[in-house]
Amino acid sequence: MTLSYPLQSLTAHPPRLSPGYKSTVKRSPTKPLIPMRHTLSELTGPVYGHETVRENDNDLTLQGKGEPLGERIIVHGHVLDEDGRGVPNTLVELWQANACGRYIHVVDQHPAPLDPNFTGAGRTQSDGEGYYRFVTIKPGAYPWGNHHNAWRPAHIHFSVFGHSFVSRLVTQMYFPGDPLFPFDPIFNSVTDEKARNRMVSDFDLENTKPDWALCYRFNIVLRGRNATPMETK
Amino acid sequence: MSKAQNKPEGVTPSQTVGPYFAYGLTSNGKYDWNDAFSNNLVTADTSGERVRVEGRVFDGDGKPMVDCMLEIWQADAQGRFSDPQDKRALPNSSFKGFGRCGTDADGGYAFDTIKPGTVPDPDGKPQAPHLVLAVFARGMLLHLYTRIYFDGEAANAADPVLALVPIDRRATLIAQRANCNPSAVYRLDVHLQGDDETVFFDV
Repeated sequence: MTLSYPLQSLTAHPPRLSPGYKSTVKRSPTKPLIPMRHTLSELTGPVYGHETVRENDNDLTLQGKGEPLGERIIVHGHVLDEDGRGVPNTLVELWQANACGRYIHVVDQHPAPLDPNFTGAGRTQSDGEGYYRFVTIKPGAYPWGNHHNAWRPAHIHFSVFGHSFVSRLVTQMYFPGDPLFPFDPIFNSVTDEKARNRMVSDFDLENTKPDWALCYRFNIVLRGRNATPMETK
Repeated sequence: MSKAQNKPEGVTPSQTVGPYFAYGLTSNGKYDWNDAFSNNLVTADTSGERVRVEGRVFDGDGKPMVDCMLEIWQADAQGRFSDPQDKRALPNSSFKGFGRCGTDADGGYAFDTIKPGTVPDPDGKPQAPHLVLAVFARGMLLHLYTRIYFDGEAANAADPVLALVPIDRRATLIAQRANCNPSAVYRLDVHLQGDDETVFFDV
């Protein structure tokens, strides 16, 4: 199957220069990007990485000597292409803050406790139908220096590959109903409301495990659709 | 567990990789986590000319970007990609063609790899040897794509992608040979803004 990657799909993404998110001002190009046709270099991509996935890498509650503190959750969903087909056997990486909103990264100095039983890193491989599943802890909100009293809504970072190097996606999954949404310039850098809501997971009662963990569903849609005779590369 | 999916309304929007990705994506021995990828693409049976490609990444103030992640994707020395979608490819090597590197305290990066072979463009014209480079960082809501070419390659003159770039900006895409000992080192800095702003591609 050969997929095409029309530029049109990119309109869902935030503009690189989003001045409300201050760091973008010095970290976005000032000259227009140069359009080019996709060659094999863009239409292929890494199809490996999953051989590094170990048994418990998709369960972030089992990586320490004991259980991490916080609200245990299941996060699952499908990695899909733009036509809704599952992207099979693709590497899904995630990283996140702990329940207190603290990352183990050395640069994070937010005065909230680290959890010795929680690193916040995970990875898995989607199955033959694009399905993936993680067990983790619900991350806390945390303050950041963008503006006075700035707080990031709780989120989980995702990194996904898909079928080609131009379907590569790094994004953040949010939780439904977060009161911080209206105040977060990163979330709101996505100006289209429908597109923005695709970053918000759905609470999934059907797959919530009784007496054990709430479940959230998060489908990740990557670039790539059937090449049709109407489209020119 | 799998459910039939409705046709999506569009792609999931990109968000910044943020400042804290290192322990999950580029831990490189600094955190208790095994990296899925590294900046060394060379394996025992990799054929081709060994090269190190290195440089630094700078923001619009000319400050080194110490919290940047770079990924490269490239063909092998025969110009074949390690991807079944490249129908010309033969699985003749363990060379995978993908590398990932977090920048250091100087904004520096380095990849140990091989110089790729010739890959055709959609018309079948040869492209000069190149790496595709993706740049991720805090302050970047969507990663940027560029290419790294190699100084001294005669094929650069006829490369159909370089030809799209104004002559006075082409140097931002061509890594300069720094030395040859023990293997070739090519240097290319990435500037997100400024007089030397790197050419990025809309792909």
